[in-house]
Amino acid sequence: MREALVVEGKVWKFGDDLNTDIIIPGRYLTITDPEKLVEYTFQDLDPDLSKKMGEGDIVVGGKNFGCGSSREQAPMVLKTLGIGAVVAESFARIFFRNSINLGLPVVECPGISGAVENGEQLRILLEEGRIENLNTGEIMKGTKLPAFLIDIIRSGGAVAALNSKMREKR
Amino acid sequence: MVHEFLQQVETVFRNIEMEKPLHPDRIVALLDHWAPAPSVEAAEIHKICRELVDQYDIKNWYDMRDGICHQIMPEKGHVLPGDVIIGTDSHTTTYGAFGAFSTGVGTTDMAIAFATGKLWLKIPESIRIEIRGKLQSNVMSKDIILRILGDISADGATYKAMEFCGDTIRTMSIDGRMTLCNMSIEGGAKNGIIEPDQTTFDFLKNRVEREYSPLYSDSDADYSEKIEYDVSKLAPQVAKPFSPANAVPVSEVEGIEIDQAFLGSCTNGRLEDLRTAADILRGKKIPLRVRMIVIPASREIYLTALKEGLLEIFIESGAQVYYPTCGPCIGGHLGLLGSEEVCVSSSNRNFLGRMGSGQSKVYLASPATVTASALAGRLSDPRIN
Repeated sequence: MREALVVEGKVWKFGDDLNTDIIIPGRYLTITDPEKLVEYTFQDLDPDLSKKMGEGDIVVGGKNFGCGSSREQAPMVLKTLGIGAVVAESFARIFFRNSINLGLPVVECPGISGAVENGEQLRILLEEGRIENLNTGEIMKGTKLPAFLIDIIRSGGAVAALNSKMREKR
Repeated sequence: MVHEFLQQVETVFRNIEMEKPLHPDRIVALLDHWAPAPSVEAAEIHKICRELVDQYDIKNWYDMRDGICHQIMPEKGHVLPGDVIIGTDSHTTTYGAFGAFSTGVGTTDMAIAFATGKLWLKIPESIRIEIRGKLQSNVMSKDIILRILGDISADGATYKAMEFCGDTIRTMSIDGRMTLCNMSIEGGAKNGIIEPDQTTFDFLKNRVEREYSPLYSDSDADYSEKIEYDVSKLAPQVAKPFSPANAVPVSEVEGIEIDQAFLGSCTNGRLEDLRTAADILRGKKIPLRVRMIVIPASREIYLTALKEGLLEIFIESGAQVYYPTCGPCIGGHLGLLGSEEVCVSSSNRNFLGRMGSGQSKVYLASPATVTASALAGRLSDPRIN
């Protein structure tokens, strides 16, 4: 039995249609060092916001989270900031793929916006798609990720998963 | 297709246990987002890309000479009906205008496609959008797509294909069709698609070398949704900040003062767009307090516009014409916005801070509306009464 994938952390809550330009504005994309780029995360929303986010924190979004550009820098800066998972009512497809590819857990959970507040603690059991609000005790069912996507997250991203596959073939 | 993000792709590809891409001949690479380099950082990215193109043996390489990716991909014969194309840019959906399946991906997906020549894709459900009727003068395909986005919302087509059909599409130019498919992503679509016809084949003639076999929708195809539009009375549409799906008829925002008008981008920097704008501007002067920026989408378009005298009309009227690049659309260069400034733009996104300051505002509109608004100094209806 492999260890269960569990993410536990403090909630940072956002609204509907949070786009990738808000996560990381296009005008900073010539900065190629992720450690420098993270400083501009959520810049136009609140320049200090990303400084307050810490290891293991959980981003909670509304509908269509991550819409817009295909820039993988969007999930990358969240991962670099230490965000442990993103839970949203629904996701834009490219952001969803990019997150999984980077090994950043993403869970779709209709109703999540109404069930958590900023600063509350969430625990996510990824394989089950189960989300617990540790402050209120409320338990929510998110969409379960298919096994092969769980495997990618467990490997730490799509590249690591591909490398181990290629090694198996040899 | 990969632009400046080739540099990002390499940071992923270097972790894959492979020397070189499996099929370098299937890769098209170019520089368009920050071209020419507005900063040392951008210049360094360009340098890395040039080295990588050599290292990876990529022959389909355009550097920054030919224009914006989504325009030069079809112009240079890399888009054929029936093709499957991925690009490191969300507006890769544009090639659906030629009956190709095309969608945007991130850098990891691209690196994996480089290594394996493959990618997993879920086959999307389709929304059938039938468009009928003749558009009024100076109402454009941009107005149609803004209205559709306004109706279905910014996630109304998530993971789905938006299939455009109907007599309006059949008489629509390739330029107009590209605008529709380009902005299908703003409804969350995986791709936009239009069945190829004689207009498509005429465009492709003398451009493509590969054989192709067009694909068409089955007459009994299942659709997740069917939507119909009669566009004969459609008013020009404007998407208010901060979503492309915030569309309203121009009458609702008419009179809002603007500081800048941008005509260009992969959405609306094509010849038809420039011709429409030049017709509106001919012999007129843009007020000094408005900056109108014109950026043709490709070298081919730029050159044709030059020969047709369109660029002269722009410059005479006070507009500033720059060489093909994405430029201000992504807040890159050539016309960023300051705080409290307002821009009317023919591009595709009016997200908070997209074109500059987080305190600026962008209204999306057609090339005709952008130009009429530039002349008036405020959002204006371009229709000729």
